[in-house]
Amino acid sequence: MNARIVHIASNTFREAVRDRVLYNLIAFAVLLSGAAILVGQISIEIEKLVVINLGLTAVSLFGIVIAIFIGIGLVSKEIEKRTLYTVLSRPVRRWEFIVGKFFGLAGTLVVNTFFMAIGVFAALFYVSHKFVRADALILVALYFIVLEFLIICSLALLFSSFSSPLLSAVFAFSLFVIGSFAEDLRGFAGMAHGFTRWLVTGAAYLVPNFSAFNVVSSIAHEQPVPWQLIWHNSLYALFYAAMALSGAVLIFEHRNLK
Amino acid sequence: MKQRRKVSIVAGACVAVCLAASAVILHRTDELRPQATLEDVLYLNSPKVLKRASLGYDGLLADIYWTRAVQYFGGRHHDSARSYNLLFPLLDITTHLDPKLVVAYQFGASFLAPPPPGGAGQPENAIRLMEYGIQNNPDNWKLYYDLGFVYYMNLKDYRRAADAFDRGSKVPNAHPFLRLLAAQMAEHAGEFDTARMMWSATYQNSQDKLIRQNAVEHLRALRVDEDVTHLQEGVTRFGERSGRLPASIAELASAERLTGIPVDPDGHPYKLTPEGRVEVRFPDDFPFATKGMPPGYKPQPKFHSQE
Amino acid sequence: MPAIEILGLEKTYLVGFWRKRPKCALSPLHLTVEDGEIFGFLGPNGAGKTTTLKLLMGLVFPTSGSARLLGRDWTDPEVKAQIGFLPEQPYFYDHLTAHELLNYYAQLSGVPAKDRSRRVESTLQRVGLRDIKGVQLRKFSKGMLQRAGIAQAILHDPKLVFFDEPMSGLDPMGRREVRDLMEQLKHEGKTVFFSTHILSDAEALCDRVAIIHKGELRGIGAVADLTSSVQSKVEMIWQGTHVPTSMKALGAECHVTGDTVRAIIDETQQDAAIDALRRERLRLIALTPVRTSLEAYFVEKLQRAETSAGKAL
Repeated sequence: MNARIVHIASNTFREAVRDRVLYNLIAFAVLLSGAAILVGQISIEIEKLVVINLGLTAVSLFGIVIAIFIGIGLVSKEIEKRTLYTVLSRPVRRWEFIVGKFFGLAGTLVVNTFFMAIGVFAALFYVSHKFVRADALILVALYFIVLEFLIICSLALLFSSFSSPLLSAVFAFSLFVIGSFAEDLRGFAGMAHGFTRWLVTGAAYLVPNFSAFNVVSSIAHEQPVPWQLIWHNSLYALFYAAMALSGAVLIFEHRNLK
Repeated sequence: MKQRRKVSIVAGACVAVCLAASAVILHRTDELRPQATLEDVLYLNSPKVLKRASLGYDGLLADIYWTRAVQYFGGRHHDSARSYNLLFPLLDITTHLDPKLVVAYQFGASFLAPPPPGGAGQPENAIRLMEYGIQNNPDNWKLYYDLGFVYYMNLKDYRRAADAFDRGSKVPNAHPFLRLLAAQMAEHAGEFDTARMMWSATYQNSQDKLIRQNAVEHLRALRVDEDVTHLQEGVTRFGERSGRLPASIAELASAERLTGIPVDPDGHPYKLTPEGRVEVRFPDDFPFATKGMPPGYKPQPKFHSQE
Repeated sequence: MPAIEILGLEKTYLVGFWRKRPKCALSPLHLTVEDGEIFGFLGPNGAGKTTTLKLLMGLVFPTSGSARLLGRDWTDPEVKAQIGFLPEQPYFYDHLTAHELLNYYAQLSGVPAKDRSRRVESTLQRVGLRDIKGVQLRKFSKGMLQRAGIAQAILHDPKLVFFDEPMSGLDPMGRREVRDLMEQLKHEGKTVFFSTHILSDAEALCDRVAIIHKGELRGIGAVADLTSSVQSKVEMIWQGTHVPTSMKALGAECHVTGDTVRAIIDETQQDAAIDALRRERLRLIALTPVRTSLEAYFVEKLQRAETSAGKAL
C-alpha cells in the first residue's frame, strides 16, 4: 500500500517537473534579481525591507498559482484524458491515488519553494552584503508559506475530485482569497445576530484561515515569531489539509468515471 | 462494496474530526495573537503604497479596513481600554483607500479626539483626518461641522471652531444652523445650550450606531450638568436666605418652588449630601457628566443599550 | 472455473437538467466467459460495450447486479493484479517515455523491482515498439499509443485481459500483429475478452461472441454455430449481360460487371436458378457457396430487434 502511494507521488512529481512547471523559477528569478538590483542602485534605506516583502510575496503568489493549476490538473485532467482508467484497473485503491497525488504535488511545491528561497537569500545578500540572525525569520515565513501551499493543494484536490478543471480553479482561488480575509469574516460574524451569526461563524471556521500564516510584514521589521504560533499553525495546516483530503477521498470513492 | 463502505466511513469520520480539530486550534491561535493582523498597520509607513498595491480594489479594501476600525474601537471600548493607538492608522488607511468614505471621518471626529477611555485622546490627528476629508469632499458640509466640533469640544478653540462652521456654511446646500453656530461661537461658546445644540446635531447627522450612542450619552451628561448647576445655585440661595443647608432635596425643591422632586434623565431623584453637594444617585450611568459626581470619582464608561 | 461471470450487472444513468430522466446504458446482463477462451463482445457504437467494461473494472458502479472475475468478487482490489485492461483510445501521461510509463505501471501492479526492466523491455518488443527510448509519449502516433496501451495491459502477465477496441488506430499490418498477439495470449492459457465493432476480426479470432445492442444482449454463442443459423447462399456468375426474369423472381441480387453477371441466391434456390439459366441458354461460369459471415447474423439480429421494437410501439 505505502509503496503504491510513493510511486504515484513520485510519478506526479515527475510529470509536474516535465511539464516545465519549474520554469516559473526563471520568471521568479528575473523578477527578484531585477528588483534587487534596482533597489540596490536607488539606495533608499529600505532595500532589505523591499527585498523581503517582494520576495516573500512573490514566493507566495507564484506558489499559490502553481498549487491551484497543477492541483486541478491532477485529477480532473486525468479523468478527462483517461490516464486514470489504466491506473485504477490495477490493484490501486482510489484513496491511494488521491493521497499519492497530494504528496506528489506537495513535494513539487516544496522543491519549488526551496529554489525560490535560495533566490530570496541571494537577493538579500546582494543588497545587504551580510546576513544577520534576524534573517533566520525569513525561514519561518517561508515555512508558513509552505503550510499555506499544503492547504491550497488539498483544496485543489478536493474540488477536482468532483468538478471540472475550470470550476475547480475558480473555487480554489476564491477560497484562497476568502481565506486571507477569514479573520475579518469572523469579526463580521461577531457583529451579526441570530441565524446569520451562526451561519457566518460556521463559514468562517470552514474556510481556510490564512491570517495567522502571514507574518511577512512583521518579520520584515524583525519582530520575532513565537514558538507557539509555529506549533499552532503546523497543527492547523495538518488538520485542515487532512480534512480536505478526506473529503476528496470520500467524494472520489463514489464517483462514476464516465 | 464492503471496501467502499469502509473507506467512506473512515473518510467521513476523518472529515468531521479534522474539521473540529482545526476549529479548536484556530480558536487557540486567535487567543495567541490578538489583533496581530491589525498591528500590521503600524508597519505600513505609507497608505499610498497600500493603495497602489491593492491593484484597483481599493474600495473593497477600504471597506475591510473600515470594518476593522469599528471592531477595534468597539471591542476595546467594551473592555474600557485606555489606549487606542491603532485607531488613527486604521482610519488613515481607510480614508486614503477611499477618500469619499464620509462615515470614517465622522467616526474619527467622535472617537479620535476625546480623551480616554471615551476616545483615543488625539485631537490633532482628528483635525488632520478632518482636513483630509474636507480636501477630498469639499462640498460635504457635515465634515466642516465635525471639524468645528472637534475644535469646540476637545480643544476649546472657539475661534477656529467658528472658522470651520463659517467655511461650512458657505457650502451649497449647507444646513442653515451652521451659520447660527458660527455666530454662537463668538458669544455663547461655553453655554449649555450651545453644547446641547452641537450634540443634537451630531446625533442627527450620523447613521453610525456608535457615534449616535456617544452623542446621546453626552446629551444626558449635559442635562445632569445643567440640573446640578441650577440645583447647586439653589442650595447657595437657600443658604443665603436661611443661613443653613436644606435638610433634604425635597426641602430644596419646595423652596425653589419646583414641581415635584427633581430627577435625573433616568428618573432617579438627585440627592443632597450632608455637606450640601447635589449629586446623582448612580454616577456610573452618566460617564460624561462633569458635575454631580462624588468627590474622587473616576468614570467607567459603559453605554446604555437603548438609544 | 469461469474466468468471468457477469451476474445481472445493470447500469442506469439519470440524465436531464434535474437528473430525473433514467437512461438505461446496460440492461441486466448475464454472461459467462470460460477460462482460456477468446471472447468477442460485439455491438454497434453506443451499445453498452464500454459501459460493461467500465463496470467490470470498477470505474463505474452498477445500479444492481454483481460479477466474479477469476472466481473472486469483482470489487476485490487484489484480483486486479491478475487483470489487464486496455481502454478505448488510450491516452497517457504526455511527458513520460514509454519505458517510464510501463515501469510506473509495473510498480503499481506489484511487479517485483528486479523483474521490472526486463519485463518492460520484453513487452515493448512484443508489441512492436522499437527505438523509442527517450521519446516522450506526446510524440507518439496513434498507432504507437495503441501499442503502448496493449503493452501496459499485458505487462504484468495477467491471467485475464480486457481489450476495448484493440484494433483502433492500427494499419492492416498492425491489426495483423495484434491478432497474432491475441492468439499467442490464448496459447499461453490466458483468457481474452475484447469488444469491437469490426466483425471480421471477431470472426477470425473468437471462440465465442456475444452481441449487444442498446444495452441488451441479443445473441451469444460460438461463431460457427451463429453463422450456420443464418441462411447460406451461393454465388453464380454467368456470361452476358442478360438477367432472366425468373432469376429476379427467385429474389436474387444481380450485378452486371463488364460482360458477366454476378448473382447471390439462397442455397435452396440453387437448382431453380441453374434451370433458369439453362432455359435462357446462358453459360454458367462459376457456382460458389458463399461463407455466411457474422455480419449477416449481426445485421439480422439487429434488424429483428428494431422491428420488434417497432412492433412494440
